[in-house]
Amino acid sequence: MVLLMVPGVVFLLVFFYLPVLGNVVAFQDFQPYLGIMHSTWNGVQNFVNLYDNPDFWDALRNTLVLAGAQLLLFFPVPIGLALIVDSLVSNRVRRWFQTIAYLPHFLSWVLVVTLFQQSLGGAGFVNNLLRQAGLDPIPFMTNPDTFPLLVVAQLVWKDAGWAMIIFLAALTTVDVSLYEAAAADGAGRWRRLWHITLPSLRTVIVLLLILRIGDILSVGFEQFILQRDSVGPGAAEVLDTFTYYAGVVGGDWSSGAAAGLAKGVVGALLLWGANSLAHRLGEPGIFQRRGGS
Amino acid sequence: MRPVWKENPSPAYQAIKAIVLGGFALAIVVPILVVISTSLASDQDIIEAGGYVLWPSHPTVKAYETLFSGGLMGRAILVSVFVTLVGTAIALAVTIALAYATSRPVLFGRPVLLMVLFTLLFAPGIIPMFLVVKQLGLLDSLWSLILPGALGAFNFVVLRTFFMNVPGELLESARIDGASDFMILRKIIMPLSKAVIAVVGLFYAVGFWNAFFNALLYLNDTSKWPVQVILRTYVLQGKSLSADQLGVEPLPQPQSLQMAVVVVALVPIAMVYPFLQRHFTKGVITGAVKG
Repeated sequence: MVLLMVPGVVFLLVFFYLPVLGNVVAFQDFQPYLGIMHSTWNGVQNFVNLYDNPDFWDALRNTLVLAGAQLLLFFPVPIGLALIVDSLVSNRVRRWFQTIAYLPHFLSWVLVVTLFQQSLGGAGFVNNLLRQAGLDPIPFMTNPDTFPLLVVAQLVWKDAGWAMIIFLAALTTVDVSLYEAAAADGAGRWRRLWHITLPSLRTVIVLLLILRIGDILSVGFEQFILQRDSVGPGAAEVLDTFTYYAGVVGGDWSSGAAAGLAKGVVGALLLWGANSLAHRLGEPGIFQRRGGS
Repeated sequence: MRPVWKENPSPAYQAIKAIVLGGFALAIVVPILVVISTSLASDQDIIEAGGYVLWPSHPTVKAYETLFSGGLMGRAILVSVFVTLVGTAIALAVTIALAYATSRPVLFGRPVLLMVLFTLLFAPGIIPMFLVVKQLGLLDSLWSLILPGALGAFNFVVLRTFFMNVPGELLESARIDGASDFMILRKIIMPLSKAVIAVVGLFYAVGFWNAFFNALLYLNDTSKWPVQVILRTYVLQGKSLSADQLGVEPLPQPQSLQMAVVVVALVPIAMVYPFLQRHFTKGVITGAVKG
């Protein structure tokens, strides 16, 4: 048994725990030709520099705005879709819809952003139609002010169908006799939704909400890096792209690592906090209090 | 059948449902259809339609012939296929072994499990990852696209949950007959878990095929670019696929060439999608509910 664990454990040590330790470059004046061992330590200087760097604050603000928009505007969509699909009587329509709706989840972000660009971009077919109709084209893909909405639209397009699965599965576990009894007592459609359906989805909703909150600072990294050029860093720079452009592209390794570390720690704290809150509310959450499984 | 207690929906309510679901489905299907049609359209179709074609009236595969005549796309496909196949094989081997080993109460099982679960909580960060890959001498090597993705915590949890449900008596009797742990894994666990292993394998394969940022981060050598980076450079960023990269003159309309690149990135996913769809619901739910 121990032998079977070796490859996995080696992987974890080399490609996870070693890089976790590598975060010490955030406390160094790191120079690639000196390496971690010989670069000079400079305490929290890199974090002080970040504090004084307006670009960092832009990236932080964009991260929170974009993540908040995705959380608030995306989250209800799959629940709504699942409720509609669940209410369909025809199994054939339901299967057709599911087949179409799950597909985009498996497409890469490059492909999704490309499809959006071909549809809504300056030379895309929607704007082509507008031009042929004698109207002004709309800069869907390049307007920094509407970027949060674009980002949500892309996320809905790609993942709302997929996210619906889990709610659909939860809906099938609801005891039908509850609906029947409620209907017999005169509860209408909306009353049954409010008093039976939504409470039965509560555990799943809380679980997914926690997962999303823990993920909130990392959301859509590829999505943003792909669109940073066309929208501009003012609206599309997030903490991850800041780390990449300052560190890997710009050569300021230590600032990049400091921003990345700050992001990682805050993300872990958010996840932890959300999970504790779920326990407080009497929900199982993701990490059980005492070990779990 | 509608149960008797359910009231019949009003026409307005049904119309809203149809519009929401229909609109959502059309928003997914139409862009993909336009891309495929445009890639198959002749120059004449594209010029008449002013860019994009809903239905090619003179279908031609000239864009694909041109694309594959030069080295660029062929090489990128080879790279992506290599990374996807080798990556999936390695990732499956590593994940299956670790998931099986931690699915039974064994020495070091608990600390190793916690080691994996911690990866769900915290990400090491781009820069330290880059430095590690650089130290290992993997920059500009295809292994930099494979090895860092060799264990996904989600896939691990799905497999482990499944393995835990294999009855212990089965393994016990095999052990009494003298089977080693490796034999038990090969002869009992894996045959019993074919379906879930197939799903996890497909998840890995889709992930490797779709991976974009690792290639951007670790590869400077353009001859090693996978399909996703080609798609980004030549379609999204609009860099021109010039004649020296493709070889054949005269070139077809740039739209049909670009759309052919999009289709090349799309086709493998579309091919495995029916298998994925048949199985994944099960995998997702066991992983999410019991994990």
